[in-house]
Amino acid sequence: MNIDELADMVRNLLAEYVVNVEIGKDLVHVEVKEENIIEAAKRMKEAGFDHVKDVTAIDYPKEGVIKIFYHLSSYSKKDLSRYIVGLGYSIPRDKNSVPSLYGVWTSADFQEREVYEGFGIVFEGHPDLRPLLLAPTVAELKPLRKDFIVKEEPIFKK
Amino acid sequence: MSARISGVSGKVGFNDLKQLPGFWTRKLGKDLYEVFIGPQHPGSGHMRIIIRVDGDVIVEADPDMGYVHRTMEKLGEGREWIKGIPLYERMAIHDACNVTLPYVEAVEKLLGIEPPVRAKYLRVLLCEINRIAAFLYGFGIFGVFVGHSTMYMWPFGDREVWVELADWLTGARLTHSYPIFGGVRRDVPEGFTDSLRKAIRYMRKRLEEYRKIYVDNPVIRARLEDVGVIPRNLAIELGITGPNLRASGVEYDVRYNAPYEVYDELDFEIPVFQEGDSLARVWQRVEEIKQSLHILEQVADWLDKHKGEQIMHDRFWKTAPPLYKKVFQETGRVKLVPAFAILKVPKGKAYARAETARGEISYYVESNGANKPYRVRIVSASARNAIVFKYILPGHRVMDLPTIYGSIDYFPPEADR
Repeated sequence: MNIDELADMVRNLLAEYVVNVEIGKDLVHVEVKEENIIEAAKRMKEAGFDHVKDVTAIDYPKEGVIKIFYHLSSYSKKDLSRYIVGLGYSIPRDKNSVPSLYGVWTSADFQEREVYEGFGIVFEGHPDLRPLLLAPTVAELKPLRKDFIVKEEPIFKK
Repeated sequence: MSARISGVSGKVGFNDLKQLPGFWTRKLGKDLYEVFIGPQHPGSGHMRIIIRVDGDVIVEADPDMGYVHRTMEKLGEGREWIKGIPLYERMAIHDACNVTLPYVEAVEKLLGIEPPVRAKYLRVLLCEINRIAAFLYGFGIFGVFVGHSTMYMWPFGDREVWVELADWLTGARLTHSYPIFGGVRRDVPEGFTDSLRKAIRYMRKRLEEYRKIYVDNPVIRARLEDVGVIPRNLAIELGITGPNLRASGVEYDVRYNAPYEVYDELDFEIPVFQEGDSLARVWQRVEEIKQSLHILEQVADWLDKHKGEQIMHDRFWKTAPPLYKKVFQETGRVKLVPAFAILKVPKGKAYARAETARGEISYYVESNGANKPYRVRIVSASARNAIVFKYILPGHRVMDLPTIYGSIDYFPPEADR
């Protein structure tokens, strides 16, 4: 299965939920509406996408949105494992509560915690949402958002 | 301040007992204790596992990671593309080529270039050398965990063979920064492939000795067999990766499922075990070393047949000053061309994966056309394997914890990024 066929397959599978499909390098990004994400995720899992490779959020301050993507692949079906499918949605930057997909993919457990600590997005329904790598005081700063600027000190002070 | 580690004033209770270094324990209720293992524990590395025990049966485990978190995703956003390579290889310094390779590949995909074939073979060469060295490192640590000090000394000694080879090839024992966009930094030195073949012969012999003294040792088998079993469906559900996944009967290896570099041209097998216990995970690694040795033989033959071919893509190589080309002709070294410092990567999204020693590492790279990445999301193998502790440890006894921890080959710096 080449990448276009995979994109078509996912487009047909998610049919009415699809907002946008984008083909990257070895990657298909499928955007759905936030309210449909759990149903879309269930359909993807039934189709054979059995685990989450990573959960990531990307901050776009100019557009005022954050995109959350679950990068999926399959251990049980070989033809689905050649390329990665990213299932995701956009939320406004000031919104901080989204549904958790822990109930669909257990493998999203630690990954959602990482997005939570980096972006301050609360995954509703996650059973154990705490910062994973960062200290709670650092996580409060939402360090992975673009408006958190890292100030680097020069090696030699002027 | 009293000298007591933790104390309750007045009566002598549980909390007055002297505690083992690296352990901190408190009572939660009748028969239920909370034990903090690490992060200064000699075995666990830079990680803490909080377990709750009933008697000595673990009822709950909470892996507490992040003690060596270096904010690589955020740091990567503030650095030029080429600076990402020495940054990301700090995740697993003895597995540096495997860990940085998908980053290089993702950028190459965005640039739309492909390295010359010889460069691909050289990348595979270092990847497999790194893989063997990382497995031997894991064996050594595991040996300490189960109290087998010979199995600590031997693999660490044999690992030196592979580290020295990597040193000879790249100029650095660890953190080689070997693959760069469009190629590799150096060609093989004179006489390298002969030494490589010697090392392969030596390693085959040693693996047989490992089997006799360690893997088939009745004492070790009694400790490892049927401990920490991860059933196939649970392995898939938890999304674990690497040798741990294959030891549970899942046929998945990035080199096979989504071949990169020249892995689709090489002949090798993906070993799969069905048992899913700690012993199977050790056997899995022994078998994978054998396959890596088989790959290295083929790579050595190919490199001998195709001497003097280009190892750098034209897009960068043609910008090199004449002096650089002269140095390459004479010594086989490629100096970093100035074009890398001002490199701008076209807008787009790319995803690249590689099979490292501990499993799959994946990079999501997004560029907005600037001289720095817009977003790099890295999920390393250990980061995905950490979930095992939470779901597999409950039900085991405390004495099984080092066995499971060691057999997963968990590496905290890689997991924390």
